[in-house]
Amino acid sequence: MQKSSWRPWALLAPSLTAVFLLLLVPLCFIVVYSFWLRAPTGADIAAFQLGNYKKFAADFFYPSILLRTIRVAFETVVLCLLMGYIPAYFFYRSKTRHKSVLLLLIMIPFWISFIIRTLSWINILGDTGLINHVLVRVGIISEPLNMLYNEGAVLMGLIQYLLPFMILNVYVSLEGIDKSLLEAARSLGCTEWQAFREVTLPLSLPGVSAGCLLVFVLTSGTYLPPMILGGPRNEMIANLIFKRVIGTLDWPFGSAISVVLLTLLIIIIYTYNRYLGINQIFKSLQ
Amino acid sequence: MNQEPNHPMVQFKGVVKRFDKLVAVEKMDLDIARGSFVTLLGPSGCGKTTLLRMVAGLEQPTEGDIFIKGRRINDVPIHKRNLGMIFQNYALFPHKTIFDNVAFGLKYRKVAKSEVKARVEGALELVRLPGYGNRKPAQLSGGQQQRVALARAIVIQPDVLLMDEPLSALDENLREEMRREIDNLQQMLGVTTLFVTHDQREALSMSDKIVVMKDGRKQQEGSPEEVYNESANHFVADFLGHSNFLNGTVIGAEGDATRVRLENGGELLAASSQQWFPGDKVEAVVRAQKFQILSDLEVPASRDMNSFPGRIIERSYMGGEVSYFVEQRDKTVIHAMSMVRTRPFRRGEDVVLVVAARHCRLLPKT
Repeated sequence: MQKSSWRPWALLAPSLTAVFLLLLVPLCFIVVYSFWLRAPTGADIAAFQLGNYKKFAADFFYPSILLRTIRVAFETVVLCLLMGYIPAYFFYRSKTRHKSVLLLLIMIPFWISFIIRTLSWINILGDTGLINHVLVRVGIISEPLNMLYNEGAVLMGLIQYLLPFMILNVYVSLEGIDKSLLEAARSLGCTEWQAFREVTLPLSLPGVSAGCLLVFVLTSGTYLPPMILGGPRNEMIANLIFKRVIGTLDWPFGSAISVVLLTLLIIIIYTYNRYLGINQIFKSLQ
Repeated sequence: MNQEPNHPMVQFKGVVKRFDKLVAVEKMDLDIARGSFVTLLGPSGCGKTTLLRMVAGLEQPTEGDIFIKGRRINDVPIHKRNLGMIFQNYALFPHKTIFDNVAFGLKYRKVAKSEVKARVEGALELVRLPGYGNRKPAQLSGGQQQRVALARAIVIQPDVLLMDEPLSALDENLREEMRREIDNLQQMLGVTTLFVTHDQREALSMSDKIVVMKDGRKQQEGSPEEVYNESANHFVADFLGHSNFLNGTVIGAEGDATRVRLENGGELLAASSQQWFPGDKVEAVVRAQKFQILSDLEVPASRDMNSFPGRIIERSYMGGEVSYFVEQRDKTVIHAMSMVRTRPFRRGEDVVLVVAARHCRLLPKT
């Protein structure tokens, strides 16, 4: 055992190298950049000053976008959980031999570009989109309903992007539950529903928490659904970063916002791990 | 517990179970007496587990009825059947403490808190795990976990204790210990038990009654002694212990025994439990343990002793006894087991296997 202790590291080396070069190094760049100064001419000047962070906190404009991002992320998590647990549970209980087909159906959206999928909502929800078109034709309404460019549309876009992650996470954890536990619970006097509450639900929590965390983090960092489906009031923090970096080419300020977001996410994940104790749940399952 | 004491605790009447086209259980009639320990024994896929699961309510019979205490329970849902179940993999709730695991069934029987505590502690004491209440299942060994499962099942005072291969996941030494523990507990509590296993030693040592099954059909039902010594057919004789099967034709009765001409030309005298007629095709069953192994020189000349000369072609030493494979002149091989004597026979040695007529049983050859 002692002799071959280098082996795991040798096997990990390629991925560790990739993580180091493609993730950690650029991350350091961003942190360094966030302290730089942007000259009026547009050139970036190497410096160490907190001007970018001060600008972020100067008034309530930027922090309010950050708060909105967190609120939308929470909403997305809750909706994904409600909408994802049920299909995951259905897959788990389904006796069909074609479970892999069902799972494949969940994966199919990933084969279509995220942008196309998001844009397609315009054709469904837009003023001349499918729903309005049908409703006007049938005569239920005379003026098209305003369904796009609000938070609801953004949530819709986020959910259709993130739901598969939730379903798969919950499903994997449900599938790991020994079915004889349910039989034991039933034989001891539980109805089907009580057995679900006593056994299935608590034992699926690791998957639920993993799914929630994943959805939360991905929502916090996404900018496409708010950009395509949201209005000016639905901007999220990633849109802000996008605008600073791509739009106004203000890399130092964009980096500073990124660092703020990153710090916030790290705090959230840390707290989550600490108090909800993902590890504890995992340990109890062994 | 004691209303209508005339009914068997569990009763199967013409129970059939089919999965699509596959027949898992075929026309099963079986009574399980109150307080008895009944074992369903058979190879995997013989339908024994399906039968148990139908009592539990985890499977529905396709045809026929199942009664518990004289009441038809086909349509009674699982949680209202008052049965204790023990699973091969223990099936303890990993997220609950040992106490909560054992208390689980009581909680759904609306037992008062104070009584729950007393009964759970009593049950844990019964399985020799007092003071383990606060631990989690993962902190216990396999044997301990199965004992907790046992406590969880008996604490609700079930009508029937259903055990599905409860010892298979344990290692050899532990299995023996656990076997005795289950046996003692069952005797002490007098709880009717239905036990499923493929292990004949478990079945023979614990049961009041053994039901040998194959391909969904009951092959034989009886006490361990009956199924072992008076196996009803080839399958049972072959499945339990080590049997030799010698084909032959009945020559005629000889006192209260029957003389048979064997296919290899020899003759055999066998105890006859039924009337045979000359010309009947039969199969003589001889248990490997019933042979006496002698060297050529010491063969007794007795008409009611059967002797089979041959040469040892294989032998395996198994501690208490030695297993010999003896090849006869016509190349057929007889398996004999004998206690280790002062000098075990060696491979290649010429020996004579001797067996008394009363140890040879005849079965009709089909």
